[in-house]
Amino acid sequence: MIAIESLSKRFPRVTALDRLTVGIEPGVTGLVGANGAGKSTLIKILLGLSPASEGTASVLGMDVATQGGAIRERVGYMPEHDCLPPDVSATEFVVHMARMSGLPATAARERTADTLRHVGLYEERYRPMGGYSTGMKQRVKLAQALVHDPRLVLLDEPTNGLDPVGRDEMLGLIRRVHTDFGISVLVTSHLLGELERTSDHIVVIDGGKLLRSSSTADFTQRTAVLAVEVTDTDEHPDGTAALRAALRKAGLAPHEPADDSAVAPGAGHLVTLDIGSEHGDTEASTASASSVFDTVRDTAADLGLGLVRMEQRRHQISEVFTERSADDVA
Amino acid sequence: MSPDRTLGHPTAERGQDVIHNIGYRGYEGPRLGRSYARRALFTQSLRGTYGLGRSAKSKVLPMLLFAAVCVPAAILVAVAALTKSKSLEAGYAEYVLLMQPVLGIFLAAAAPQAISMDLRFKTMPLYFSRPMERSDYVAAKYAALSAALFVFTAVPVLIMYLGALLVKLDFSDQTKGAAQGLVFCALFALLHAAIAAWIAALTPRRGFGVAAIIVAITVPYFLISALQGIALTSDNSSAIGWLGLGSPGTLLDGIQSRFLDGRSGFPDAQTLTGAQGGVYLVVFAALVVCFYALLLRRYRKAGL
Repeated sequence: MIAIESLSKRFPRVTALDRLTVGIEPGVTGLVGANGAGKSTLIKILLGLSPASEGTASVLGMDVATQGGAIRERVGYMPEHDCLPPDVSATEFVVHMARMSGLPATAARERTADTLRHVGLYEERYRPMGGYSTGMKQRVKLAQALVHDPRLVLLDEPTNGLDPVGRDEMLGLIRRVHTDFGISVLVTSHLLGELERTSDHIVVIDGGKLLRSSSTADFTQRTAVLAVEVTDTDEHPDGTAALRAALRKAGLAPHEPADDSAVAPGAGHLVTLDIGSEHGDTEASTASASSVFDTVRDTAADLGLGLVRMEQRRHQISEVFTERSADDVA
Repeated sequence: MSPDRTLGHPTAERGQDVIHNIGYRGYEGPRLGRSYARRALFTQSLRGTYGLGRSAKSKVLPMLLFAAVCVPAAILVAVAALTKSKSLEAGYAEYVLLMQPVLGIFLAAAAPQAISMDLRFKTMPLYFSRPMERSDYVAAKYAALSAALFVFTAVPVLIMYLGALLVKLDFSDQTKGAAQGLVFCALFALLHAAIAAWIAALTPRRGFGVAAIIVAITVPYFLISALQGIALTSDNSSAIGWLGLGSPGTLLDGIQSRFLDGRSGFPDAQTLTGAQGGVYLVVFAALVVCFYALLLRRYRKAGL
């Protein structure tokens, strides 16, 4: 689908991409990176809108430097920010965008009706878009990226600004773009957790460099983490530290408390530990996960601490980075 | 096509589980590419300037202005019919110049609508992530604005022409006059659309665009007209022609009186000398090219 070969993009002051080499296969690929990691720059280059400083990239077998127009005919793009005029209805807007992609008027109307229905917009598609909720706007943005039946869509932060339900629906929709529509997807996000659920493959970039490119299964294994919060008692004024010590004695490996500077508010009272990260197959890790849950519960009970919460957490991308630098060797 | 895929039964298709059953259809038809997209954008923008294909509310102003520019043309014809005059009270090109305030308002409403809104709502990335290039976008928008202004001025000219024929004014005189009038409409549209498009492209705010375009079109015109008046009263009437280069309105006035047999709107009804005429044409062409180049430049960076 996409082949990127030692691609660099330098601006006068910053290097947005630094000799990035990565291949992207058909399917749903998540592109993860913190803000400013070079995601949007990469998308611009892939659409043939911005020349690379060095290196080459090809999309659908076409060179981005010379065949930008042909690429853009068969690729859809959903920008991160709001891009919808409020005084036009979704139908009119998507029809117009379909024609801008080269579809004849009749085909544009048919495809628009189909696509809007597929993304879940019904009667409201005739109303001006100014009155739409964020979720509906995101659907229209997705629809305009799909309306010309591209072979690949590039979705830039499609879950931005959505509430948890809207986020889940959007992620489900993105999954269906591949499974039901047969269109490959490159989706960016700064949240690794949400891409785990939709993507077959995850590419992590940071500072314009490739940090990791692997299948989602590899990632979820690494990112299964349990967060435990306990109360303090008279006997154990620092319940968190006591629990950490007791867990270590019980044969588990709770993470050391992070430096204050990096800690999110409240994180000082959390004990985090990996669940079954050494185990390859899912069955084994599920088994070990439940034994970890039991151990934590029993340990807390033995210490007489109140268990406030115990949750399986998703890693944010920054944690993958620190983890990576910690056990860099492999 | 299986029946469950047909449209027209939206109520039966509610709910996610049903959507799955509808199935996705690919598109195997033609993809018509850049030039088609450019034409489609041109048509859409041209219609948009008159509020066609947009909400009822946005049709009101363009249509009122259109009526305001057409009705006086009909009145001119009626006056000619009643007075059994040998000619219309105003020449074709002269009529267009007289209507400048209305044209200014139309342009000030149309250009930001066609251009600033795409910037304001950040729609540009959606255009540029498609086959069209920046130059296609600029060409389509400029052409649409020029065409809108041409239609706006040419229709009253045609009303006058048809009316003149109906009241049996001299056929060859009127035909020649109307043809020259249409040429003038085209010149007027090309220059003013270029100026207005560039101003509109500078701001994503419609209000600023509207105000700036009205100012840019009217203020220099009145200023230059006033200076020409002063030149006349101070017995410096040779300066009148050169002063006329200073605003788009007087520039076009000079051109129509020199080359299109129009009546001059300059003080003392002065027409240009041969040298002045040449300079006027060069300045006209330079302005159009220059504003178009500025417009292209404006969009060189705008995008994703």
